[in-house]
Amino acid sequence: MNEIADPGSIDRPNSYIGKSVPRPNVKKLVEGRGQYVDDIVLPRMVHVALVRSSLAHARITGIDGADALDVPGVLAVFTGGDLAAHCAPWVGVLAHLKGMKSAPQRPLPIDRATWVGEALAAVVAETRAIAEDGAARVRVSYETLPAAVDMGTALEAGTAIIHPELGDNLCFERVNETGNVEQAFAAAHKVVEATFHTARHTGVTLEPRSILADYNRASGKLTVYHSTQAPHMMQGVFAKHLGLPEGDVRVICADVGGSYGIKVHVYPDEVAVAAIAKIMGRPVKFIADRLESFSSDIHARDHRIKGRMAVDANGRITAIDIDDLTGIGPYSVYPRTSAVEGNQVVSLVGGPYDFANYHAKTAVVFQNKTPTSQYRAVGHPIATAITEGLVDLAAEAVGLDPVEFRRRNLMADGTYPRTSAAGLKFEGLSHIASLDKLLAMMDYAALRSEQERLRGEGIHRGIGLAAFIELTNPSPFMYGIGGARISAQDGCTVRIDPDGSVVAATGVTEQGQGTEAIMRQIVAEGVGVPIEQVRVVTGDTLTTPYGGGTWACRGTGIGGEAALQSAIAVKGAVLAIAGAMLQAQPETLDLTNGEIVERGTGRARMPLAELARIVYFRGDTLPADLPRELIQTRHFITKQYPFAFTNGIQASYLELDVETGLVKLLKHWCVEDCGRVINPLLVDEQVRGGIVQGIGAALYEECPYSSDGQVLVGSMADYLVPMAAEMPDIEVGHVETPTRESLLGAKGAGEAGTAGAPAAIMNAINDALRPLRAKVLAQPFTPERILAALGKV
Amino acid sequence: MSAEIAITLTVNGERVARRVEARRHLVDFLRLDLGLMGSHTGCEHGFCGACTVRVNGAIVRGCLVLAASLDGAQVETIEGVSDSGEIRDLQDAFIARNAAQCGYCTPGMLLTAADLLKHNPAPTRAQIREHLSGNYCRCTGYHAIVDAVAAVAAKRNGRATP
Ligand code: FES
Ligand code: FES
Repeated sequence: MNEIADPGSIDRPNSYIGKSVPRPNVKKLVEGRGQYVDDIVLPRMVHVALVRSSLAHARITGIDGADALDVPGVLAVFTGGDLAAHCAPWVGVLAHLKGMKSAPQRPLPIDRATWVGEALAAVVAETRAIAEDGAARVRVSYETLPAAVDMGTALEAGTAIIHPELGDNLCFERVNETGNVEQAFAAAHKVVEATFHTARHTGVTLEPRSILADYNRASGKLTVYHSTQAPHMMQGVFAKHLGLPEGDVRVICADVGGSYGIKVHVYPDEVAVAAIAKIMGRPVKFIADRLESFSSDIHARDHRIKGRMAVDANGRITAIDIDDLTGIGPYSVYPRTSAVEGNQVVSLVGGPYDFANYHAKTAVVFQNKTPTSQYRAVGHPIATAITEGLVDLAAEAVGLDPVEFRRRNLMADGTYPRTSAAGLKFEGLSHIASLDKLLAMMDYAALRSEQERLRGEGIHRGIGLAAFIELTNPSPFMYGIGGARISAQDGCTVRIDPDGSVVAATGVTEQGQGTEAIMRQIVAEGVGVPIEQVRVVTGDTLTTPYGGGTWACRGTGIGGEAALQSAIAVKGAVLAIAGAMLQAQPETLDLTNGEIVERGTGRARMPLAELARIVYFRGDTLPADLPRELIQTRHFITKQYPFAFTNGIQASYLELDVETGLVKLLKHWCVEDCGRVINPLLVDEQVRGGIVQGIGAALYEECPYSSDGQVLVGSMADYLVPMAAEMPDIEVGHVETPTRESLLGAKGAGEAGTAGAPAAIMNAINDALRPLRAKVLAQPFTPERILAALGKV
Repeated sequence: MSAEIAITLTVNGERVARRVEARRHLVDFLRLDLGLMGSHTGCEHGFCGACTVRVNGAIVRGCLVLAASLDGAQVETIEGVSDSGEIRDLQDAFIARNAAQCGYCTPGMLLTAADLLKHNPAPTRAQIREHLSGNYCRCTGYHAIVDAVAAVAAKRNGRATP
């Protein structure tokens, strides 16, 4: 029954795993007939608009809502004080991140504003427009407090301490150390060093954060329609903080208009909406507008990293040493915290390479800016940019081509399992095979000679490479052991209905990655039915098995294995019943294409629909003691490895205009190894979308701040995102090293693109700049920064 | 609060008469007054293109058009062009090529792509990218969308997919 374990079985009937099957749930989206939260309209629904702080740090001396209440249609104004009795505060720390600290946070603060954009009061009205009219009339009086804005001075004496009870502005600090770095640097043939900056930026989901909470006073039940990646986690959060039994909270997550990590966090304003729904006993909707999204969606990647690398005379890396500093805003975000990004950086630097001595330190500091937290590829793009930036500098220092330098230093294929210098456990990676495939796809040698030739004509092109590893399929070691109620396990229930169709309910969710398509493929193949007969249910805490949702690239690897195992279990149950009905040994039967067949000959014995009809309507004709469970649930959690690492390598080819500083992207390539590929079409588009998100970080995206903590982004005219005209075509290739932790063998694929792209772009720009003796290390690489590096501005 | 203005217009072939606040933009009108939820807003500042709809045959940013200005207009939305079958080939190509992930940008993207093919039946990849460059998509990275539009152009012209 487990032919699925054999990728060679791909052309059996119903073998969908590994094929580019289109997504079943997209037709409604291309017709504009999806259901995003803002599309849901409930009777007696009211709308929230928020009054947000205009100061980075201030004592709130009063909030006067009287004028707002005068606006016809405004129903209520809530302040932090009003919600305090209804909602318990939280602290965003994880116990396994030793020494980490943060302060209690509430849905709306009671007496102090700590960043520009923090929600301070909520105006409830019959329409959003009226709520905004009301919000404009709420008067907040402040007493300005000194703000800690610059992360570089956050720990210095004289800087305001944001939470005096914590003693200082340090949230978390970690040193990760192996071998003897000082000795290695002393003995090095060459040492290169550089300081890198990654810019504070954000996710810009096209659908803004959206929530509609409805509390029924009679049943005591809270139903929350939420644009989220983790419905079960949010169920627990609403229950705990609003004082409801978990079973009385239902979170429904229908279509989600993009998430990328932005929608996996607990946002104070969203908890406020749920609390208001409970207080008012009616449906309350909040849809963020773009302006407030820029200051209230989590930011990420605000890092300054000093790095150095030691190399021996053979061009082998002997040591890496980095010192990372990151500013995370005034609170660590609940419950995933804001320390994970820095923690990942000190684990992931140097990840693809074989070297012995490692020292990495991160300091995570509080500041009066928008809170930061996990955003697509958490820490990876930072670690990859440092590592690959140093690698290119080292290659240049020892006079090796960047490809040759990587070939000498990447972990060799066939040397796994092994542990990296940073202490990561790798089950199996394919760096060299991926490099070889990439070089063939891009025709590296030809590009190099083209580059050389064009340089002669005054055209400056650059080729940049970036090898990377990516953490996927996380175990409880990511959050659970730290005390967070975030499930690393996931489940799937597969059932057969009377017409022989199959329903699969999964704890992982869909935000456009193709979760439903993947589950459908796996279940159709696992049960043995045509794919059209499978329906998938996601995103409802009442009807799906408890699970973690979709984040950290776990949907396919964890949720997919649960689906496969429950599908196989259902098939077993079907064959046992069929055996009794056909007076045959179940082992002599099989289920393919929705038919019970004789194993081996394939002779049809009975349609699945006929078996289901008899089970559901004529159970009297079956042996009395025959189990007839046409519904099975299985769960999956990884056990051997804390994470399933994937690997890959990207390349960028671009042209630099040295007069304007503009970068024109010509082409981008990525080879990645996410284990068993379930659906190449979906994986490739995950990679492409991720790459473009990484390109955005490298070239455009930044949330700049003034020295007094004002965020200088008012609209999408100030915050540039990648648009079609500037983006290159992207070629994607695969190497497959399945994980042996599961029958399915799949690892995650959603973050690889974002992990590697900024480093590839940086290295390509610096490759173009090299003959001009200039380089750029601070993202985003704007024309202004490139011209500054060239000494032209 | 602003005064209400009476308008009568045609939306997806149906005549509708409503009184609208002067400040109500077209997408809010479609969504809140008519229950047509296929048009989305991503910025309400004219940058993202999620709100793209057709007025009198030309694509516009629905967030920048006031409903009050549309007395007598012909408005078409994603729901209308889906029902008429006018862009079925583009929709099928988006599905086949996985050019829609979360789908939030997709109605606007499709209407913009249809507009391109109306005016330029055989666009190059660069021209497709250029024409779509007012429509933000965070999910796809655009490559699949360009492929899908190019495939439809080729098919409409009786050529093999490039
Ligand atoms: S909502 Fe109209 S352009 Fe963004
Ligand atoms: S498909 Fe999600 S924004 Fe385009």
